[in-house]
Amino acid sequence: MSKIITINPVTRIEGHARITLHAGDDGKVQKAYFHVNEFRGFEKFCEGRLYTEMPTITPRICGICPTSHSMASAKACDHIQRIQPTPTGILLRRLVQAGQILSSHALSFFHLSSPDMLLGFDADPAKRNVLGLAEKDPALAIKGIRLRKFGQEVSERLTGKKIHVLGVVPGGMAFALKEEDRLALLAQIPEAIATCQVALGILKGYINENRKMVDSFAMFESPYLGTVDKDGALDFYDGTLRWVNPDGSTLAEAQVWEYQKYIAERSMDFTYLKYPYFKPLGFEKGFYQVGTLGRLNVASHIRTPLAQKEFTEFRSLKGGKPVHGAFYHHYARLIEMLHAAEEVQRLLEDPRITGTDIQARGHRNCLEGIGHTEAPRGTLFHHYKVDETGALTKVNLLIATGQNNPAMNQAVLEVAKQYVDGRKVTEGALNRVEHAIRCYDPCLSCSTHAYGKMPLDVELQGPDGELIDHVVRG
Amino acid sequence: MRTLLIGYGNPGRGDDGLGPALAEAIEALGLPDLKVDIDFQLNVEDAWDLNGYDRAIFADAAVEGAEPFFWKEVEPLDSADFSSHAASPAGVLKLAKNLFNAKVRGFVIGIRGYEFDVFGAPITPKAQDNLRQAIAFLADQLRFGEKEPTAPA
Repeated sequence: MSKIITINPVTRIEGHARITLHAGDDGKVQKAYFHVNEFRGFEKFCEGRLYTEMPTITPRICGICPTSHSMASAKACDHIQRIQPTPTGILLRRLVQAGQILSSHALSFFHLSSPDMLLGFDADPAKRNVLGLAEKDPALAIKGIRLRKFGQEVSERLTGKKIHVLGVVPGGMAFALKEEDRLALLAQIPEAIATCQVALGILKGYINENRKMVDSFAMFESPYLGTVDKDGALDFYDGTLRWVNPDGSTLAEAQVWEYQKYIAERSMDFTYLKYPYFKPLGFEKGFYQVGTLGRLNVASHIRTPLAQKEFTEFRSLKGGKPVHGAFYHHYARLIEMLHAAEEVQRLLEDPRITGTDIQARGHRNCLEGIGHTEAPRGTLFHHYKVDETGALTKVNLLIATGQNNPAMNQAVLEVAKQYVDGRKVTEGALNRVEHAIRCYDPCLSCSTHAYGKMPLDVELQGPDGELIDHVVRG
Repeated sequence: MRTLLIGYGNPGRGDDGLGPALAEAIEALGLPDLKVDIDFQLNVEDAWDLNGYDRAIFADAAVEGAEPFFWKEVEPLDSADFSSHAASPAGVLKLAKNLFNAKVRGFVIGIRGYEFDVFGAPITPKAQDNLRQAIAFLADQLRFGEKEPTAPA
C-alpha cells in the first residue's frame, strides 16, 4: 500500500506542473511523478505554413530561448534547401547562440538557483529568491543582471531588436555586424568573463563545503547526449550527436538526420511531456540526459582556454569519467557560461565577423529537413516535412526539457526519498524537490508548447491513494 | 519627466500580444522623453532599465478584470514570483529600488484580452477595441499628464 504526496506548482521554473509522491506503508517515498498539465499544439499550428516562415515563428514558442528555436529551424530550412550558410553567416549564428547561452545561464544561476545556495535551502521562502539575494549581496545580483543583459545585447546589437526579429534565416543571417557594435561588445568581454569566474568561485566553494549533500543530491547515473565538433570538443551550434554510457564510453555517434534511428518518444498517461529514450536500449533502459551536464559529459575538451581549465578540474572530480548527480548541472552550466563568454570574444575577434556576405540563397530542393542545435537546456531538434509548394505537412519539435523529463522524474524521486518523510511535505523538503527540477532549468513552456506561469502543486498520497498532504505554491 | 514604457507579452498568442501592440502604437507617436521597450515578459534585467527614469509604465494583457483596460499605480513589493520566464511589475520595481536606488514611479495599464491559447491567432476584435481605447488614454496621459481613465476601470 502506498501514500501519495503532490507538489503543485513548482516555483522559479516555467510552465505549469504538479508533482505526485507516492509513499509506502513505511512512510518512505516509493514513486514520484512530475506532471505537466498544459498542452497546446504548436506543431499542428505550423502545418500548412511555408517552411521559410519557421525561423520567425518558432521563437515565439518561448521568450527565453528564442534564438535556439530560430537556429534549429533555420538549420532545418538549410537542409530542405540543401545549402550551407556563408562562413560569415555561420560565425554570426554562433555569436547569437553564444550570447543566448550566456544570458540564459546567467539567469538560471544568479537569479533562480543561487538563492538556495547563498541564502540556504531552509531560509525563509519569502526571502529565498532574487530579491533576498539583492538584499544580501547586491553587488553579486547586479553582476548577474549585467551579464544577462550582455548576452541579450549580443543579439540586440546584431538585429536591432530584442524580439520579433532575430535575424536567423535560411542560408545564414539577415543582418551584418557593424564595426562599432563589434567594438562595443568586445569592450564588455573582460567584465563578462570576470563575472563568470566569480560565479564559478561561489559554486565551487559551495560544493567544497557541502560535498556530501551535493554528491547525494538527486544522484543517479544515466547515459548522456550532447553535440561535439569533429575533434570531440563541446559545440553549441553544430556537430555530431554523441551519446556516452555512464562510464564515459561512447554509446553512439550520429549525424542529426539519423536522429530517429536513435531517439524514440513515448507518451505517458501522467504527463503531456513525452518520454524520449535512446532507441537501441529500449524504453526501460534508454533514458538519457541532455543539457549542461550532458554536454560536458560527452565532450572530450573545450576549445577556449579558461573554460578548458575549469573543464579539466570538473572532470577530475570523477577521474576523467562522467560526473553524475543533478546538482552538477549547475557546475557544468557555469563552465559553459564561461566558455560562451570566451566564445563571444573569439568570434568578435575573427576578422570575417563583420563581413557582408551573410546569407546563401537557395530554394526547396527536397521534401524534408532536420536541424538541431544545443539550446541552453540541451539538444533541440526541428524536423519538417513539406510538399512541393514548400508548405509544411509535418512538424516535429524534440525539445531539450522533454528529453530530460525522465531524468527530472528520477531526480524528484531521489530527492523525495531523501527529504520527504511520507507524512508531511515540509518547506525545506518542498524546496529541495523543487531545486531538483531547477537543476535542469526546465522550460515547460517549450516542452509542452504552452505559454504561462509555472505554479507547483505537490500531493502526498497514501497507500490507497488517499490525500495525506497537499502543498500549493506559485 | 522621463518615461519608460514596457509592453510585454507574446504576439504569437492572440490577445497576449496586447502589451507589445500598445507599445508599438505609442512608439509610433514619437513623443518626447519617452523610451519604448517591447519584450515577451518582464524579467530581472528590466530592473536595470528602470534606473534613470521618473516613471515606468508596464503594458500587459489582462486575463480578467475591467474592460476596456485598467490603469493603476503599482508599488515596489517583496515578491517571490520571479521565475525563469517572468517577473511582476512590483517585483521589478522592488529590485530596481533595492539594487539601483531607483526613484521611478510605476504604473500598470492592463488591457483586457479574451483569447490566449491559440498560437498564431490575431488579437480578437473585442480586444482590438479595448486596445484602441487604451492607446488613446495612454497617449493623452503621456502628452498632458496624469489623469484617471474616463473608461470604467
